[in-house]
Amino acid sequence: MQETQYLIVGASHAALSALQAIRMQDAEGSITVVTRDDALPYSPTVLPYVVSGRLAPERVALKDGAWFEQNKVGFIRGAAVTAVDAAAKRAKLSSGEEIAYAKLLLATGAAPLLPPISGLKDVRFHVLRTLDDAVGLHAALPQTKQAVVLGAGLVGMHAAENLAKAGAQVTVVEMQPRVLAGYFDAEASAIIEAAFAAKGIKLMLGAKVSRCDTAGKAVRVTTDGGATLDADLLLVAAGVAPVTDYLAGSGVDIDRGILVDDSMRSSVDGIWAAGDVAQAKGFYDGKKTLNGILPEAVEQGRIAGMAMAGDPAAKPYPGGVPLNTYTFFGQQAVSVGSQEVDKIGGEVVRKEADAKHYLKIVMQDNRLTGIFGINVPFDPGVMWELILRRIDLSSVREAFIADPQKTARGIMSRTWR
Amino acid sequence: MGAYNTIAFKPELCDGCNACMTACATAKNGAPDIINSRIQIVADGGSFELAMCRQCGDPKCVSNCPAAALAKDDANGVIDWDGTKCVNCLLCTVGCAYGGIVHNAAAGHVVKCDTCGGDPICVKACQEIHKGGGALKYLTTANIYNEVGDLEDLFVPGLAGCQGCNTELIMRHALRRIGPDTVLATPPGCIPGMGSVGYNGLTGTKVPVFHPLLTNTASMLTGVKRHYKRQGREVNAVALAGDGGASDVGFQSLSGAAERGEQILFICVDNEGYMNTGMQRSSCTPFGAWTSTTPVGERGHGKTQDAKNMPLLMMMHNCEYVATASTAFMEDLYDKLDKAIAASKRGFAYLHIYSPCTTGWRFPSQENIEVARKAVETNFVMLWEFNPRDGLRLSRPLDDALPIDAYLEALGKYRHLEPEQVAHIESTVAKNAGFIKSLAEGRHPAMAQAMSGRA
Repeated sequence: MQETQYLIVGASHAALSALQAIRMQDAEGSITVVTRDDALPYSPTVLPYVVSGRLAPERVALKDGAWFEQNKVGFIRGAAVTAVDAAAKRAKLSSGEEIAYAKLLLATGAAPLLPPISGLKDVRFHVLRTLDDAVGLHAALPQTKQAVVLGAGLVGMHAAENLAKAGAQVTVVEMQPRVLAGYFDAEASAIIEAAFAAKGIKLMLGAKVSRCDTAGKAVRVTTDGGATLDADLLLVAAGVAPVTDYLAGSGVDIDRGILVDDSMRSSVDGIWAAGDVAQAKGFYDGKKTLNGILPEAVEQGRIAGMAMAGDPAAKPYPGGVPLNTYTFFGQQAVSVGSQEVDKIGGEVVRKEADAKHYLKIVMQDNRLTGIFGINVPFDPGVMWELILRRIDLSSVREAFIADPQKTARGIMSRTWR
Repeated sequence: MGAYNTIAFKPELCDGCNACMTACATAKNGAPDIINSRIQIVADGGSFELAMCRQCGDPKCVSNCPAAALAKDDANGVIDWDGTKCVNCLLCTVGCAYGGIVHNAAAGHVVKCDTCGGDPICVKACQEIHKGGGALKYLTTANIYNEVGDLEDLFVPGLAGCQGCNTELIMRHALRRIGPDTVLATPPGCIPGMGSVGYNGLTGTKVPVFHPLLTNTASMLTGVKRHYKRQGREVNAVALAGDGGASDVGFQSLSGAAERGEQILFICVDNEGYMNTGMQRSSCTPFGAWTSTTPVGERGHGKTQDAKNMPLLMMMHNCEYVATASTAFMEDLYDKLDKAIAASKRGFAYLHIYSPCTTGWRFPSQENIEVARKAVETNFVMLWEFNPRDGLRLSRPLDDALPIDAYLEALGKYRHLEPEQVAHIESTVAKNAGFIKSLAEGRHPAMAQAMSGRA
């Protein structure tokens, strides 16, 4: 049986970030990376660009074989972990093989969530989470005249834009009254919605799909309002859920994801989790929540890796902050912080929107809690740091509200340069 | 992975002239519109701050990139952006806490500093407009590490220098560069005192080392060098001596060897006194300084004489090479070390390196390089070099020196100074600077004398 000091399950951002953190502290300890995809590591975030043809599938690898070799890492691809025996410290692979580990990181990510729609299981539909999914969608593009996208989250919106650019007539169906509800308020979403409408993409907001049927070569989608849409391509992008099925009986505590503490350690000694699969502390309320975004995966992976390798410089996880960047039709939307202003007790200190621009700044006790913009330049990484450090802005409050980018850069340069 | 060159910014020197931004925008975007500059200077109250790529060692922009469009170049440390892979997702801008990678509307994608291929135009513009005193500097000291890092350290580990002492740094760097074909002399002082001579019958070096008397270092090296020469072996004869061993009782043998043009490299590590034996004064101890033999009390106020100018005395021997150096200016030190090694194959080479003493000068141990830097920036110590063909050349301009207080206030040994003592030091520094300048400009007749070698 193979034995390894560090076993990392998954090979995307959280896993790679952990791996690098381990190697910073432990140059020699054996590391094995196991991933269910039969591909070099890639990011789910890049997949819409594989769909559109902007990137060839062979160009999206984050790391290559030489990199694993250079870092003395065993890389096993195309093998899922099917069971974990936490007491014996062994993981079982889909190949039947077992690997004994001293420390285990679970970075198995998430998988598409299929909404309970009648008939969905019996029709042909796509999801977009793996490279195979993206390659399949790309192959389907030339034959696609009518596309229906279920869900107006980031995956759905990216895909809708790329399907439209490929020449398809696209309809997005979303239960929420606005697009990207997790990251933007109604006014900001309206700017994004207008850009989509201008490109001929139909947005059915506040609408629920009640059933799906096969209609000849197409899929007929019926909404609860009684409207029907015939699609030769149906993409289900109704969110994702952490992949944890292999942990049944392992003793690892799971709520919606794997519950972790501030060093990304699970309830079981010797097992850590990071990225989309982890349910870690939220920054604002301290409650454990899913925050399945790329920058958090990198951050959590780093913290887990440092903890696993016993890095003395490890600092506890400050808590997840919702944040994202979203580029649509050449426009830039940036969201840093929680939209739930009421819940976190924040105060909107600036808000303005026109057809092309939007800026909202939220503060609490003169500390930044959120900043959201469309086509307004500011540095999201600097803002994130301002939020995490809870920097008192009272002495520069007016200047910050007037010119957040410039003021924040000044604070950055003299505080953590 | 090597060490990397880097763009450094000193906010206290920035006057917000925008020359850097104009130059960058023009170079990168074809027009001087500073919004397109990849270096951004922002006014922050009365001062100026900087937002630009730090070329991080563990770059989060790279970790955050889903398309592998960003990568740190192992060779030069620059984080490169690949436009054929970038998908414009802007997640790199979330990872960067320095405003170093931003979406640029004119370009239609993110842009970041690429250090102009190792010759940053922002730094050139800044230094040009501020005549070398600008806030931006391109630090190339990493080259030292890359060049010297692989050379063998010829001292044993664990030399017992005082905390924060720069002498160990000087010793290890110098001998790495000089190389293993060396016979080393370390006369009494801190250098053998910290263990370079050895313990228990073993040497503290990986080259032959001996411990001459204070008086005869240069004479013994003369004999060693001539002996090997007669045997047909090319050996570096090197002294690592303190200022006491060089300028006081060791001076006659040193002067004799220099006058005879012996092929020796004599390195004087000047900490301005006999620090190893309890901080007694030497002839290199400056005016006003406290030492255990120039105490401060009711009547005593530190040393009452000016320091002997050792490097100038050596220059007047018409040596093959004479130079002064400081640990705060390592590139300059290395440059001079190389020249001194080469010169010692032809004749006598003398290198005078100032080495602040944390224990004897009374300053915090982490301040050593800063003290060394202040000494140079105030002209208390002047960096120059001499050879008989080119005369004396300044290694660093003497104009725009910092006020002498910036140096004196950093040191406990000057804490007692009366205003008139400070005034004396100030006028001595000015006089010395004027003298060195006149030598550098060839105005002083002493220069012709030094170059001719004979009065």
